Amino acid sequence: MIIAVASGKGGTGKTTLTVNLARVLMEKAKIYVLDCDVEEPNVHLFLQVQKIEDKIVNKSVPELEPEICSGCLECVKMCQFNALVEVKAKPMVFSELCHSCGGCVEVCPNKALTEKDFPIGKVSIYEDERYVFVEGRLDVGQPMSPPVIKAVKKHLPNDPKAIAIIDAPPGTSCPVIASLHGADFILLVTEPTPFGLHDLDLAVKTVKELKIPMGVVVNRVQAIPNLITKYCTQNQIPLLLHLPLDQEAARLYSQGKILVDHLPEFKEKFQTIVPKIQKILQEVQHANQN
Amino acid sequence: MKIAIPSKGNTLDAPFDNRFGRAENFIIYDLESNEFKVISNEQNLTAMQGAGIQTAQNVLREKVDVVLTANCGPKAFQVLNQAGVKIYNVEADTVKEALDKFKQDQAKELDQANVEGHWA
Repeated sequence: MIIAVASGKGGTGKTTLTVNLARVLMEKAKIYVLDCDVEEPNVHLFLQVQKIEDKIVNKSVPELEPEICSGCLECVKMCQFNALVEVKAKPMVFSELCHSCGGCVEVCPNKALTEKDFPIGKVSIYEDERYVFVEGRLDVGQPMSPPVIKAVKKHLPNDPKAIAIIDAPPGTSCPVIASLHGADFILLVTEPTPFGLHDLDLAVKTVKELKIPMGVVVNRVQAIPNLITKYCTQNQIPLLLHLPLDQEAARLYSQGKILVDHLPEFKEKFQTIVPKIQKILQEVQHANQN
Repeated sequence: MKIAIPSKGNTLDAPFDNRFGRAENFIIYDLESNEFKVISNEQNLTAMQGAGIQTAQNVLREKVDVVLTANCGPKAFQVLNQAGVKIYNVEADTVKEALDKFKQDQAKELDQANVEGHWA
């Protein structure tokens, strides 16, 4: 089962939820944790796991052989991403903007363009008896993260019974979609503020498009009911958990510690998440069969 | 000598556009004949990425020798520089003012981009 942890708004507690959920689950079986927030990965601050290897992530970009190029500029006309421009009747390549579609290489009548690897980031694999932890990291200055996210997701378990948790980036754009695609369930983490509500609504609309079952976790709760509980009731979205606003939790987080190791009341709460997800998935399956 | 000037309108009195890649129009001014034409840059106003590069390409197609601009990013600079176009930094309220400043040697030639790239 693949559980993705997402949120519209940043800083609501995606990583907190990811690492604490992984921690309570690993008592029963080895858990896969994938940090897909490749522009700012931070799961490694909480999970200390032995590193196995680093792999470079490349994307394919065109390389021009100027002597063979006739200057027909078919490649420039083909490129929808402005990665090829005409300068003095010859194409000039901007690799950072290339989406690796291969169209330019395909249309070149003289075979003056070939594909070459262009490094954009790396994937690090960590493993011990408790976790398989895979982290993606986009190189500084590179604008496109989905190829790195997809490279991380190649390490998802083949066994459908194994549990994998994906820590997704914030927002609702391409990197988020790339992270959530293929998940069995999405946990949306938010906070009971107008900002939290606004961005939760965007995230909910995104997940509905993806047609993946979801549930909401509200972090830093001071009172129930609150504006998130109201929203979930109105929109019939399962609200799985409230996590209290707690100074001790904040202190432990700032020290890179896992809450459930130190706060029993948090551990009890985290232990309820997967049974609730399984119940929702059974209901969805049941509804689909009828 | 042909000069490209980013503009928010179609005349010499139109406001000078401080943006290069996402300027609305370009006035292409011919210093020999003192005539000008307007080219639209509308397609790049909503470009997802590479607006500066594409705009530089459009300007090059007009065979200009000089670009007057308030801001020029690294990729637009690379395209214009590769084609031998000189880029002058100028601050002005109108197209005419930018042109006058250039004629009076009050514009500074850029030897590198003066702003960072800014893609989403």
